[in-house]
Amino acid sequence: MSNEINAGSMADIAFLLLIFFLVTTTIAEDKGVLVRLPPWSEEPPPTLKFKTRNVYSILVNANNDLLVRGEPKELAGLREGVKEFILNPNKRDDYSETPNDAIVSLKNDRGTNYETYLEVYNEVKAAYNELRNEESERQFGKLYEFLERDQKKKVNEAIPMKLSEAEPTSFGEE
Amino acid sequence: MAKFSKKRGKSNPAISTASLPDIIFMLLFFFMVVTVLRDASLKVAVTTPSATELTKLEKKSLVNYLFIGKPTAEFQAVAGTKPRLQLGDKFANLSDIPLFLEKHRVTLPENQRGQVTSSLKVDKQVTMGIVSDVKTALRKAGQLKVNYSAKKRADL
Repeated sequence: MSNEINAGSMADIAFLLLIFFLVTTTIAEDKGVLVRLPPWSEEPPPTLKFKTRNVYSILVNANNDLLVRGEPKELAGLREGVKEFILNPNKRDDYSETPNDAIVSLKNDRGTNYETYLEVYNEVKAAYNELRNEESERQFGKLYEFLERDQKKKVNEAIPMKLSEAEPTSFGEE
Repeated sequence: MAKFSKKRGKSNPAISTASLPDIIFMLLFFFMVVTVLRDASLKVAVTTPSATELTKLEKKSLVNYLFIGKPTAEFQAVAGTKPRLQLGDKFANLSDIPLFLEKHRVTLPENQRGQVTSSLKVDKQVTMGIVSDVKTALRKAGQLKVNYSAKKRADL
């Protein structure tokens, strides 16, 4: 009396389950521009005085036009502009005194396109990343991402990322 | 009666398992057809912009997703055509954000609650107004680690 069910096909069933999960699981890579927002406080932020030469202001209006330090500018040259401003290799007296003093100020309108905003943000971040890479090449001879934690800290201290975002204006149509 | 007494001594013919793979295959195809991937249940259309300075989000459990975009065609009658915020699988308002974050936070062990990242999946056509409002709401809720979801740009 052998009333057992044939278990020979169990392996096939398991394989099929495996295939099923392989098919349904999407390894959705989520990548993006990582940002740390400033903490919220009810009081208006204290007005700090900075020298004009140390502030690199970028305004983006509702037509997605850029105004960099009072002059219209294209997105393409922004990265180079930010880098030159921070390092100030030619010791210009309208660029930052030291990389430590340099502040990039970003202000947009409520009508600004998100894509433009992110592109501008991306360019500024890229400028800082490139500077950090150059700095770490100079100090340690390798790229920033391969550094140890305390080495990274050193580079961060040499090129601190100071990006300030102002409250958006609301001139444009949303 | 003679008909039924015909069976001889051995009374257990083995069940044929030859068709079992076919049945399982049918099940497999059924699930393959029916399974809807998570992204398809989006109620807003989101095409993320592209960027170069990307960071990969490593721990899936520490990420919550906020979608902003125009409602898709089938939901425009209910939700309008203006860009909307979607939390989880339904439309939401700014006031729903703290609760949404808290619901995600309580599912995590206590020592990881500070490492939560909010992934903002925002359509590239959206204007900054709603994005700024969401950012302010996140700041008020103490959720400061934010990731603007973007695709890798091919050029450069």
